[in-house]
Amino acid sequence: MLNLAHLSKVYADGTRALSDINLAVRESEIVGLIGGSGCGKTTLLRLIAGLDTASQGQISLDGEIITEPHPAIGIVFQEPRLLPWLTVSDNVAFGLDQVAPAERAARVAHALDKIGLAEHATRWPRDLSGGQQQRVAIARVFVANPKVLLLDEPFSALDAFTRASLHEHLLGLWEETRPTVVLVTHDVQEAVTLADRAIVMQPKPGRIFDELPLGIARPRDRSSLPFESAVRRVMGALDHSLNTVQTSPQRERDREAAGLWW
Amino acid sequence: MTGKAERQAWSSVEEAAALAAPPPAGKQRPFEWRVLLGFLLPVIVALAWEAAVHFGFAQGRLVPPPSRIFATLSALAATGELWTHVSATLWRVLVGFVLGASAGIVLGALSGSSETTRRLLDPTLQALRAIPSIAWVPLFILWLGIFEASKVALIAIGVFFPVYLGITGAILSVDRKLVEVGRVFRLSRLKMARRILLPAVLPEALIALRSGLGLGFMFVVAAEIMGASEGLGYLLVDGQQMGRPDHILAAIIAFAILGKLADSLLVGATKPLVRWQDTARGTL
Repeated sequence: MLNLAHLSKVYADGTRALSDINLAVRESEIVGLIGGSGCGKTTLLRLIAGLDTASQGQISLDGEIITEPHPAIGIVFQEPRLLPWLTVSDNVAFGLDQVAPAERAARVAHALDKIGLAEHATRWPRDLSGGQQQRVAIARVFVANPKVLLLDEPFSALDAFTRASLHEHLLGLWEETRPTVVLVTHDVQEAVTLADRAIVMQPKPGRIFDELPLGIARPRDRSSLPFESAVRRVMGALDHSLNTVQTSPQRERDREAAGLWW
Repeated sequence: MTGKAERQAWSSVEEAAALAAPPPAGKQRPFEWRVLLGFLLPVIVALAWEAAVHFGFAQGRLVPPPSRIFATLSALAATGELWTHVSATLWRVLVGFVLGASAGIVLGALSGSSETTRRLLDPTLQALRAIPSIAWVPLFILWLGIFEASKVALIAIGVFFPVYLGITGAILSVDRKLVEVGRVFRLSRLKMARRILLPAVLPEALIALRSGLGLGFMFVVAAEIMGASEGLGYLLVDGQQMGRPDHILAAIIAFAILGKLADSLLVGATKPLVRWQDTARGTL
């Protein structure tokens, strides 16, 4: 279990990014962190990834305190961050130094096959589209078999069609090893498509505003009543969180980013 | 994992990838006629000057026509004198380049990767860089004598600064986001340097080495003019003292050909290392 206890983050300039975050994520659970700009979603993910250190509180995975990057925790960033000097297959294999060669090759071939890029294995990242690059980034994390997978708005720069396709690829890979997933997103539809639970965050300082178990069976039908009902509930909570703290122009931008049209 | 095992592992991944997607059949690249464009301007100028002298529009005494320069080059080559001068110059450039580039790479890497080292070294090196290189000549002659050591030292100084600056700048401009990828995968400092920093700085480092090599050829002239009994720089001085502009121009042409060949060799040898680059070359 991934456990965040009384987590706070204050930057050197005095900005309070996160305040007293408490969250327990069960094994194999997919949690969607959603909220307006500046509510600390990415900061929270970077703390869990061990890329930044918390000012207060602690993060633990199965009882082990996390203070630096951990082999059981993988992260997919907003940008693919592929290494341009490595081919697609070598990018996927990047984190598998300690794995035996035969197994490494098998894992890479399987992951590439799973994300539909087997025929691109020997290409350079520059030859791939944005969506394909992000698929490689997801595969790079999955081949390391992480217990916890952190996704920092990995689909935000992609068009709706590519995004939907990537959701399927992601769930396909997730089904194999069922890691715990913490997904940061601006998109309510995306959170409801992927997550078991939505965590609505509020800014200044970043904190948890509401937790909403979604309780929809997979595979999820976007046109079903339970799906639409879950979207409305999350949107309602998000709108409530934005109403509570923000001035009008910023609120409008966040509402727009979250797909709120009313 | 041992180095050997690691190499095997990586080759296995490449093999797996190759199996998954065999590379497209090798294509025969058509001859690039545009390569010849580079010769057009000097050839036109040379022909025009040759015609001007031939038809009596110019005397060609101070600027001999190409035919006379090539005759001089041929004569120098036939007696073996040209090769003596070329090999002496090349040897000095090679040794000076290796010494200067090595020092530039090591100090540039230290300065780029450690703030403490940068604060310690950089101000002094920047101050030394501001000194005109010719100003070192009297000191080098006093310290190292008038033979090879002082010449090589001057060339090494010329090569050192562009390489040092290029390597330091390249390391400082490595994308933080790529370094974070290395951190997420918990690379050791050594592996971070080998798998992230080195490939990331390679394109800029190669440009720095090319600049260093170019300066090496500039400085070898200064070194050989300051006192040598052989070398293309000596040929220049000799031509001046003997009133032989054809010798001077022959030496200059030899310098141009050697410099271009050395640069092309460096580019050709390092091209496979940066073939992954996504550049505008070919689209402009």
